[in-house]
Amino acid sequence: MSESPITRPQSRREWLLSDAPQTRRQARLGAIYQGWLTFRANKLAMFGLIILILLIFMAVFAPWLAPQSPFAQNLAGRLQPPSAEHWLGTDALGRDILSRLIHGSRITLFIVGTVALIAPIIGLFIGTVAGFAGGWVDQVLMRITDIFLAFPKLILALAFVAALGPSIGNAVLALALTAWPPYARLARAETLTIRHADYIAAARLQGAGPLRLLIRHIWPLCISSLIVRVALDMAGIILSAAGLGFLGLGAQPPMPEWGAMISDGRVYILDHWWVAAMPGLAIFIVSLAFNLLGDGLRDVLDPKGAKE
Amino acid sequence: MIDTNTGGQGPIPPASAPDRRAARKRRLRSIAGTVLSLALTLLGLLLVTFIIGRVMPIDPVLKVVGDRATQAQYDAAYQAMGLDQPLVVQFFRYLTEVLTGDFGRSISTGQPVIEDIKRVFPATLELATLGTLIGVSIGVPLGVIAAARRGGIIDQVARVVALVGYSMPIFWLGLMGLLLFYGILGWVGGPGRQGIIYDGMVPHVTGMILVDSLIAGDWGAFRDAFSHIILPASLLGYFSLAYISRMTRSFMLEQLSAEYITTGRVKGLSERAVIWRHAFRNISIPLVTVIALSFGSLLEGSVLTEIIFSWPGLGQYITKTLLAGDMNAVLGGTVVVGTCFIGLNLLSDLLYRVLDPRSK
Amino acid sequence: MKHLLTPRAILLASALAIAPAAYAETPADTLVIAATIDDIISLDPAQTFEFSGNDVNRNTYDRLVDFDPLDMEAGFKPSLAESWEMSEDGMSITFTMREGVTFHSGNPVRAEDAAWSLQRVVKLNKTPAFILTQFGFTPENVEEKITFDGNKLTLNLDKAYAQSFILNCLTAMVASVVDKETVMANAEGEDFGNTWLNTNEAGSGAFELAAWRPNEAVQLIAYEDYWRGASEMKRVVVRNVPESSAQRLLLEQGDIDAARDLTPTDVEALSEAEGIKIQNEPRGRILYMGLNQKDELLSNPAVIEAMKYLVDYEGITNSFLKGMFVTHQSFLPQGYLGELKENPWTYDVEKAKQILADAGIEGGTVTTKIRDLREYIDVAQTLQGAMAEVGLTLEIEQMTGAQVLDAYRAREVPIFLGEWGPDYSDPNTNAATFAYNPDNSDEAKATGLLAWRNAYAVPTEMGEATEAATLEQDSEKRGQMYRDIQKQYQAEAPIIPLFQRIANTGLQENVQNWNTGGAVTSVMYHQVTKGE
Repeated sequence: MSESPITRPQSRREWLLSDAPQTRRQARLGAIYQGWLTFRANKLAMFGLIILILLIFMAVFAPWLAPQSPFAQNLAGRLQPPSAEHWLGTDALGRDILSRLIHGSRITLFIVGTVALIAPIIGLFIGTVAGFAGGWVDQVLMRITDIFLAFPKLILALAFVAALGPSIGNAVLALALTAWPPYARLARAETLTIRHADYIAAARLQGAGPLRLLIRHIWPLCISSLIVRVALDMAGIILSAAGLGFLGLGAQPPMPEWGAMISDGRVYILDHWWVAAMPGLAIFIVSLAFNLLGDGLRDVLDPKGAKE
Repeated sequence: MIDTNTGGQGPIPPASAPDRRAARKRRLRSIAGTVLSLALTLLGLLLVTFIIGRVMPIDPVLKVVGDRATQAQYDAAYQAMGLDQPLVVQFFRYLTEVLTGDFGRSISTGQPVIEDIKRVFPATLELATLGTLIGVSIGVPLGVIAAARRGGIIDQVARVVALVGYSMPIFWLGLMGLLLFYGILGWVGGPGRQGIIYDGMVPHVTGMILVDSLIAGDWGAFRDAFSHIILPASLLGYFSLAYISRMTRSFMLEQLSAEYITTGRVKGLSERAVIWRHAFRNISIPLVTVIALSFGSLLEGSVLTEIIFSWPGLGQYITKTLLAGDMNAVLGGTVVVGTCFIGLNLLSDLLYRVLDPRSK
Repeated sequence: MKHLLTPRAILLASALAIAPAAYAETPADTLVIAATIDDIISLDPAQTFEFSGNDVNRNTYDRLVDFDPLDMEAGFKPSLAESWEMSEDGMSITFTMREGVTFHSGNPVRAEDAAWSLQRVVKLNKTPAFILTQFGFTPENVEEKITFDGNKLTLNLDKAYAQSFILNCLTAMVASVVDKETVMANAEGEDFGNTWLNTNEAGSGAFELAAWRPNEAVQLIAYEDYWRGASEMKRVVVRNVPESSAQRLLLEQGDIDAARDLTPTDVEALSEAEGIKIQNEPRGRILYMGLNQKDELLSNPAVIEAMKYLVDYEGITNSFLKGMFVTHQSFLPQGYLGELKENPWTYDVEKAKQILADAGIEGGTVTTKIRDLREYIDVAQTLQGAMAEVGLTLEIEQMTGAQVLDAYRAREVPIFLGEWGPDYSDPNTNAATFAYNPDNSDEAKATGLLAWRNAYAVPTEMGEATEAATLEQDSEKRGQMYRDIQKQYQAEAPIIPLFQRIANTGLQENVQNWNTGGAVTSVMYHQVTKGE
């Protein structure tokens, strides 16, 4: 802490890559930087990252970027093909598809972000507790996990949304509810491999209680594999959300949710391809970006099969 | 979902001679435990489904009596369906019926649920099996080669194939495929399981038309059914291919960086032998788990694919009945899907024990 | 993906070496239809009340009176009853049965079967039973009220109803004549064969039921001894194809003869396709907007009036509902006795604004539930847009049909957008639900009445007029009575009829005499022929 990197004749890069870090912070930052270098070398992953940054930019500045209101209807000018006036054409009610896509990016980010936050946390909690506690706690928690895993996913989500009423918030909850079991399995497996590790025993000897062990020592170690898994699941979440929207159980009209937009356009798919294709393409690009990013992250964070 | 259930029991210690008896006893107990936990899982599954059905704000009575029913007709149906009983009574009544093999009657088809499932499940099974076959036969070699030539052109192609597969909305691809291969090119059969001419012509044995037509020796019907199934199966196959090839690749990479492989190479084994005879053999166990899981998720019935291809399968059946509040049908369908899932899990567990050299 | 999916598909497809027969046209004596038939839950005429179930029963059963598919204008005509006669006092009607007609089982069709069939409906008291019980039949008295003697069948009524009213009700599928002997042989307990008839058939119609696989297909085989002469189509296959685009592809490929659920875009595209024709027929279904009078805002007469001007009738019927609906602002469908031709309202946001301003209404919010059907959601969204212009906010919640219906019957849908299909071919079918609600209290639970569902207390004199119209023997006068009721309805009712549905059937050029049943009945196959 005492030494600022600038006061030394060392460049920031050298400071970060130093193999003899002087502080814990330097070591940590160094590790992150190392990871970043690996990540940056992966062109596809960088491509994914750039797309996602653009997406976030788009979502933040949606009202300024969108050429028109996403809700303004014009029945006379419906189903117009892409043109100078409407770059991506208009939909069945004559709304500008580009503007709807831009505004829709907010919804997509909200859904993905929230599910990607909730599901792994539930999974992490259940999985680590099961793995760490063992015995009947493990049995009970894993049986519950099995039940949810054996449950037809869409049914669970459908039932949940149907029970609570259709809205984005409930769609998010439903998706999170169906998405957590694999994370719990993963977190449990990780916990099992480390629970007898020496340093855990050492911490225990130092008088750390089970809760402290769990939070301070086990969770941090599970997180990197969870992050990889989440990044790879992001696309699946987008597609599931789109599937719910497709079945009319996600965002409510006139919200420009991408899945609902595809569903709207499905009717016109044979003659007015752009109505469904544009949101389809948007979903595809963003899912692809998440997948590329996840792939890259795996190489950085997942020690298995990463370096050769 | 690389990890399997086995992690829970911890590593199985090698049995020394005097311990053999104890080991057998332990194994028996572990089998009994597995069966018990299976039963509990199934019971839990039923309970959760049952609760969901009762919590859902969809009134099954309305489906039966329809829009115009008077209050008296409604009440009569409500009682006839036993909905006036306490929930616990309803659940136990249902459970005892299920144990005697009676899943009740579906209110949305008017037929016994068991009959409905006998009709829709083979359709899904047929589709899922062919889809998985396609996924495995292409995905596994692709994954292995991608890992062997890491960073090479095949690896890049495999990566793109897989990522595109992960990222594509299935209904979009399905409709486009139908338009191109059926509508424009006319290479494959249209929506549905069979051409109309063959509808109901093949005697029902397994319910899987491909199999039934072979049993009947009816080549025309077989070709017709094949031309109808190939497109949706390829579509599902593509998605399972994406998953399987990725998993295969990462298992292989793990093996290939192991010491014994290096040793083998040093000893002068051919690259082919290293990859196929050693590394691949070692990944076969986790791979089976992956394939089983991917098969299981296809058995759930891909609702969207089934809708687009007018495929009268389990996914459509469960969704439709769920939205009608037809709980007998939903429970029956869930039991089938859940049993398949649990069965596949158990199967991969058993394979694990049989194949894993450490457990011998 | 292009270069990966394609080669594989090419390989697999070419391995098939182009399956033969499968892509040729359908056989000349077989009629192949794609439709959405997943609503069938029963095929027992006493219970069936869904569109697709009625479509089947229309062809497997006959009724005492029926419509002639080749002459719909004429109204009902003798069918299993050769003739009929009203008593002097108008309190009973006696039918003379046609001789020499047999059921599919070979049993003769007798007056006894007809009487038993009608009694059975009343005793089973399933949903469609009201079509018969409104004449005063109850499970207790029906054996005295419906009697037979030789080849005569007599219905004893509780009032001197209009003859047209009675006979129109007897064209409904619930009045189908079933084979008593066959059904009783399959009865279980006291069910009058209901369980068996749910999946089987015992009629005398032009077709026999060969197979019904739920959500999959219905197959019919021509009845060779049909009294009108055996149908030219020896086999009718109805396939469940839920997607319009899939139906269109099937039709274009020549794999089917008729596609029944085409969206306007697909209709438009097909109307230019070679070898395919589109047949339009107005159906009886009315798309309407119900404003729940329990809602404070919506019960304001000014809001009711303003809402009539906030629907873009022309814009909607020229765009996403084009060819699927026509503007129709009265509750009796076109094609019914007493139909009203005037459509008084147009899309006029300024006028709506003025009406609201005059009443001092500054704005408000309504949250409503809309069924997740494309048409309804799109109409709701245009309404949402128009309401926003006059300062009213509409929040939409999409739900399944079952959920919306549930809430609607509990009087909990503020603005209902949906369709009402007539139950039988008499004007009373709609008048008795739109313009009749004797007790508007929650306790009345008149869940079957649209007026009650919208908490609309129908004015007493309008309700009385509706009842009186069922007793008027002079059809001319009767029609005028319904026109008057509808005019009053348009002026004040909070239930606003908007559009009438049009059936668009895509047909192969060679299919002749197709008839979906128009506004009054269900589809008929007996007269269909295939040319060349």
